[in-house]
Amino acid sequence: MTYKLFVSSLLLAFIIAGCKTNTSDSQGVSADKAIAMVAEGKAEVAEVTEAPNVPKPVGDRAPKKFIVNLETTETVGEIADGKQYTFWTFNNHVPGSFIRLRVGDEVELHLKNAANSVLPHNIDLHAVTGPGGGAEATTAVPGQEAVFTFKALNPGLYVYHCAAPPVPMHIANGMYGLILVEPEGGLKKVDREYYIMQGEFYTKAKTDSLLEFDNDKGNEENPDYVLFNGKKGSLLGKNMIEAKVGETVRLFVGNGGPNLVSSFHVIGEIFDNVYTEGGTVVNHNVQTTIIPSGGAAIVEFKVDVPGEYVLVDHSIFRAFNKGAIGKLKVTGNENEKVFKKGGAKK
Amino acid sequence: MRFVYFSILVMMINMGCTSCQREEVAPHIKKNIEQGSRSIKSNTKMVMIPGGKYKPFFGSDTSMIKVDSFLIDERPVTNGEFLEFVKAYPEWRRSNVKRIYADTNYLKLWTSDTTLPDTVPLDAPITQVSWHAAKAYANAVGKRLPLLDEWEFVAMADNEVPNARKKKSYSDDIIDLYLIKNRQFNPVKKSSPNYWGVYNMFDLVWEWTDDFNSVLITGESRAGEYSDKNMFCAAGAVTATDVMNYAAFMRFSMRAGLKANYTVNNLGFRCAKSIHKN
Repeated sequence: MTYKLFVSSLLLAFIIAGCKTNTSDSQGVSADKAIAMVAEGKAEVAEVTEAPNVPKPVGDRAPKKFIVNLETTETVGEIADGKQYTFWTFNNHVPGSFIRLRVGDEVELHLKNAANSVLPHNIDLHAVTGPGGGAEATTAVPGQEAVFTFKALNPGLYVYHCAAPPVPMHIANGMYGLILVEPEGGLKKVDREYYIMQGEFYTKAKTDSLLEFDNDKGNEENPDYVLFNGKKGSLLGKNMIEAKVGETVRLFVGNGGPNLVSSFHVIGEIFDNVYTEGGTVVNHNVQTTIIPSGGAAIVEFKVDVPGEYVLVDHSIFRAFNKGAIGKLKVTGNENEKVFKKGGAKK
Repeated sequence: MRFVYFSILVMMINMGCTSCQREEVAPHIKKNIEQGSRSIKSNTKMVMIPGGKYKPFFGSDTSMIKVDSFLIDERPVTNGEFLEFVKAYPEWRRSNVKRIYADTNYLKLWTSDTTLPDTVPLDAPITQVSWHAAKAYANAVGKRLPLLDEWEFVAMADNEVPNARKKKSYSDDIIDLYLIKNRQFNPVKKSSPNYWGVYNMFDLVWEWTDDFNSVLITGESRAGEYSDKNMFCAAGAVTATDVMNYAAFMRFSMRAGLKANYTVNNLGFRCAKSIHKN
């Protein structure tokens, strides 16, 4: 009798476990669940950050209402080696501000086009379910503001970009950024988080010091610069990202393109976890991960040995000749068990 | 009472006078002045554009649009000319205009209803005007706004040929002009005219057209071939007849973002006129 009860309980447990797995794997069901989530309270202005920084994690908070403010601008800045370029941006930086949400959050996105802009701009967020990812709803001529509201349904790391015609030119000039939607309960806590976004630039000289977009090079997919965070050296020298021995580092890596697929690699490290393509499937022990144009990945690794770790697009001419190079500086005690110069002592 | 009658009389004499010394019209008299009794003159030279067929930027490869012969202003309307207009038509002054006809940025750079700062030269093109205001101006000078097809027909020309769209540099040269900031403060007619003798199609301001939003409406021969969806992301690449004509993409993108009461820092207009066949 007891034995019979034990077997049937076990069976029931299996069935329940089976159901549970099915539920969390089925995207349709989880999106329905997200739609049903209630975002309580009054809308707050969301914290957004410039690369390489990210806003604070969502943790275990309930879904909320947010206002996200982005301004589109056309602004001259340094691209490389004293050369200037007229970037088109979200919030005056390439990449645009990092937006961090959780599943079930409701966002009222305000897209203001600066009054001194020459062109109309808009935003297509890959995290949005709905027509154009918001592009149609947000098209703003210079001086105007456009607003649309969306609910975050699917967890993941997503690209956003301008989709105003001519789209390739808007993206090529730097109009992209990342939006993270954390699952319920948040991503696992780590010690360090950074925001890195690759993009390539197609240029011709307008004056000695000012470069401008070259449509032909864009069409031929032949960039002069392949950069992290919109500027050569943005993660080098005093701009290196940092961690201490023993810490776990999480990089939110996006690729704005407009054309190239990135072969993202950190020299001297192995990714313990890769959220492939920014989605839910986690791969382990990865050397180099592909980041498509208009896509992203989350990579995590624990740093065990001090030193400077070089971040590259391992399509390697881009790293050494076109600027796709950055550094992570790890400080702390040596661990000779893991790595040392020279052979065994005699 | 007698004085009021006298004032009205003086006013009417002024109105009739073509040299037009415009006076401030008292609000209680304003009502009595009929719209049609006022007029201002435009001395802008108009250029005759012989009609023809052209392939619009959006549509199928085979659909050619017929454009009738028409007259178009050789240059955009200037700040100085628009100032004369608002002096004669008080309802189009900044403090009088209704919000449904012009948003809050209407003539915002002006220092008052009828004065401009030095930074906004009288011989530079008028901007920060709505479609309604542009249309009212055109009406007041006995003209109209150009149709989108008319404007684009003229825009095909460079300074050598009437249709330069096939030239490799055509779009790039225009984009070079488009991307210069604050060019709306430069005077009109300082750059070279195009093949037709028309100035400043690209180098100063975006321009309103009468049917600026027609590309959003399915209709006529182009019915069903495109809607506003086609303006966004990759969809534009499907319906545009020349996907490398980035300058045209920019113009259509601009028009798609407009509403009739919007006023924009770098958006002005010029006038056109139909040629009536006898």
